[in-house]
Amino acid sequence: MNEKIVIIGNGVAGSTLALQLAEKGNASVTLISDESSYFFSRTALMYVYMGHLTKMQLEPFSRESWDQSPIQRIMARVLSITPEDNELSFQTSEGDVKQLPYDKLVIATGSKPAFYNWKGLEAKGVLGLYHLNDLEKLEKWAPNASACPEAIVIGGGLIGIELSEMLLSRQIKTTLIIRESFFWSSHLPESDAQFVEKQIRSHHINLIKEDELLEITADETGRVSSIQTKKGETISCNLVGITTGVRPNIEFLKTSGLELDKGILVDEYLKTSDPSIYAIGDCAQLRNPLSNRSAIEPVWYTGKLMGETLAQTFSGQPAPYKPGIWYNSAKFFDLEYQTYGKVSPKASQLKSEHHFHWETAEKAMTFAYDKKSEVFLGINTFGIRLNHRIVSGWIETGIPIQEVIDRLEEAHFDPEFSNRHYKQIKHAFIQNH
Amino acid sequence: MHSYRTTSKQKVFTYVGLSGLAVLLLAGFTASFLKSTGLFLGLGFISIGVIGYTFSSYSGLPVGIKNNGVWYQSLTSRGIIAWAVGVVLTAFYIVLYFYPEHLEGLIRLFDPLSEGLSGKKASQWFVYGVLYTLAIVLFGIKFIVKYKHSKYQKYRTYSVIFFQTIFAFLIPEIMARLNGDLPYYDLKSIWPLNYYLFDGYQLDGFLQNGSLGTALLIFGILSTLIITPILTYKFGKRWYCSWVCGCGGLAETAGDPFRQLSDKSLRAWKLERWMIHLILVWVFISTVGVVYSYLLQAPDSYLLGPKTFLISVGLLLCLVVGLILWKRRDWLAKDAQSSTIAISSVIVLLLGFFFFSESNRVLFIPSYQIRSAYGFFIGSIFSGVIGTGFYPILGNRVWCRFGCPMAAILGIQQKLFSKFKISTNGGQCISCGNCSAYCEMGIDVRAYAQREEPIKRASCVGCGICSAVCPRGVLRLES
Repeated sequence: MNEKIVIIGNGVAGSTLALQLAEKGNASVTLISDESSYFFSRTALMYVYMGHLTKMQLEPFSRESWDQSPIQRIMARVLSITPEDNELSFQTSEGDVKQLPYDKLVIATGSKPAFYNWKGLEAKGVLGLYHLNDLEKLEKWAPNASACPEAIVIGGGLIGIELSEMLLSRQIKTTLIIRESFFWSSHLPESDAQFVEKQIRSHHINLIKEDELLEITADETGRVSSIQTKKGETISCNLVGITTGVRPNIEFLKTSGLELDKGILVDEYLKTSDPSIYAIGDCAQLRNPLSNRSAIEPVWYTGKLMGETLAQTFSGQPAPYKPGIWYNSAKFFDLEYQTYGKVSPKASQLKSEHHFHWETAEKAMTFAYDKKSEVFLGINTFGIRLNHRIVSGWIETGIPIQEVIDRLEEAHFDPEFSNRHYKQIKHAFIQNH
Repeated sequence: MHSYRTTSKQKVFTYVGLSGLAVLLLAGFTASFLKSTGLFLGLGFISIGVIGYTFSSYSGLPVGIKNNGVWYQSLTSRGIIAWAVGVVLTAFYIVLYFYPEHLEGLIRLFDPLSEGLSGKKASQWFVYGVLYTLAIVLFGIKFIVKYKHSKYQKYRTYSVIFFQTIFAFLIPEIMARLNGDLPYYDLKSIWPLNYYLFDGYQLDGFLQNGSLGTALLIFGILSTLIITPILTYKFGKRWYCSWVCGCGGLAETAGDPFRQLSDKSLRAWKLERWMIHLILVWVFISTVGVVYSYLLQAPDSYLLGPKTFLISVGLLLCLVVGLILWKRRDWLAKDAQSSTIAISSVIVLLLGFFFFSESNRVLFIPSYQIRSAYGFFIGSIFSGVIGTGFYPILGNRVWCRFGCPMAAILGIQQKLFSKFKISTNGGQCISCGNCSAYCEMGIDVRAYAQREEPIKRASCVGCGICSAVCPRGVLRLES
């Protein structure tokens, strides 16, 4: 008889796994979600509010293909799991509570916005940007600039920028408040951060640094009217977007007996403390992360890769999770950003890592290399597209920085006729080195 | 900042542009009204309207993708305005093709311009040519300003504006002035898109005009058989469809706001493959029939006798199809192979029918009727009325995708032996769907990108918009 695999969460990790298992066809797969019937691209939520895409266009696979696939989909909220009985209980949208047995269970419940215990969080018009529902809330509280003239976004990560860009698309005056002294300082070296800040300001975002939310004040109708900051400023606003990061969505597992830390602890085969339960995506925390890598990496790419890895394990070829060279990408308004390998944010404090930064008005690159051996470690690139396979290959083989600079054009991935800056970069490097 | 609601400036310029159209219509209906002043007033207002709208929309904004509010605006999301524009455009095409007598006033308005260029009075086609060229130039400027950050987008728009104004519009007019008997020939309009190129009256025109006429005829044949395959091998079909072609030119400029409306379903893809290839067969048979009957009228007057012509066409076809099936057997799906064999057998059978019956009838239907039915259903109804009239409903490339036999040939070449492809950048795709949404040809680009596969589709016209709208730099056009 077919093994019964139940997956909780139909985000990129859960859906990738389900689809690959269905393709191989040797297990019965059930996919549970309380968010949407069909898998959608969470990273693209912003484009719906901005009017670039319809909600349906966020779905990477047609509804027809899901309906025809053998994957059983259930719209329900999982309440708890009972590992001793290989069973979970869920509640449907009609309110019925049901039990579901499994042979193998995969938890792919992702993250949720990390709200701290600020005063006034319950006010109308306070929201995060993660869930499909957040889009509805945003549409309700910030449909246009006359209903919502001013908005505040708290927290300057990638989601904070996305939310600011969304609000601006409807002419809503937006203030972005970040705790750090420069933008996204947990990931970007200062020179890169300053470069991004220029982009933020050129879009007329009011960027306030080194301040924090203290409390939110509502008017008599319960709607947000202003916020107070730690530095004592009061800023009036009609909407507060909180984008201070995410944390694993694992509350329902508190009583399960699974070993939890910030996330669900998993080994290199993505197995939890229970031999028939696995965790993938944002909610998984690696017991032994690779050097230079975090135990929890809540990004699209790692979620997809974990789903693919587990699909292989389930098809009889156990595969350890090997994420390879780190990469990520984002877009800050009109500025595209890619990163490969390791570019430490605070390299100036490190003895071993050296940075070479190059920039023009529209484009920038930061190369990281080992100070002693001059081996290339990683790169941040802004406004210039680089070839993923080639740059990863350079980092993997550990070629010297000089060679990277000399051969940079090989990694060219900008559209045809784009201006090429490789000679300028080389020239700047020679002068700098 | 960007807006998805039209600003007051945008509204003003929209009204200026519309008033230009109104002046043309008024002057057209009441021939005495304003006379030639009406022409220049009308065209002037239209130009000011479009250019003013462009700058009130994009100037002062940071460079980048300008798709805010596309799905909220009535015009670009099949709302009431879209339907209204669609109905008006469709009505215009129906009158233009089938009831030009109602345009008499409008046509006379264009006389001074026509006389200045070719020395002849204006025809309905001259009026259409002027408006068509003006649309490509004005909306081309809008497109260039919108994509000012992308050299690829700018260069190919300069190119379509150049080919439309010089090759499609000015050169034929000037040629008419210099040599009145030469057929009206837009050099870049290649058979089979130019399905009437080998019609009897055209052939007469070429052959009775000495070496220039003969040279033009030879150029026309070489365009299809030699020049086209070489350029498609090197650059993909984009060299024609989004850099040179007039239909493509209008689609990329005036049609740009509607690219997201193309149907991405699997069903549409299946329909597309059948329709476009059957239309290619239709134009092929009708052209062979027309040339055959031309040669039959005077079998001994030309180098090429009617039977030699049929035999060489048949052999060439068998050679090409044979080569494809042999060299590319691993690339073609089973159903593609079997339908290729079936369709080419039918064509060879029909050629045999011509040959043995020594008449120009295809199963008792005279070939000129097949040709004129093609002209009516495909040349007029499909490419004009539906192809352009339905821009705001079906998207801007309906004709190119479902109907154009030239796109069909170039597509076969692109799929089978071109260096062109769209590369994907490792695992960078976040499946957001912008590429698929803004693909005017209805290709589900994301389906390939998220599997990290290069995209090599017959229908891709290489407009490069997928690459431009990708927020993660995943796609790159290469050849």
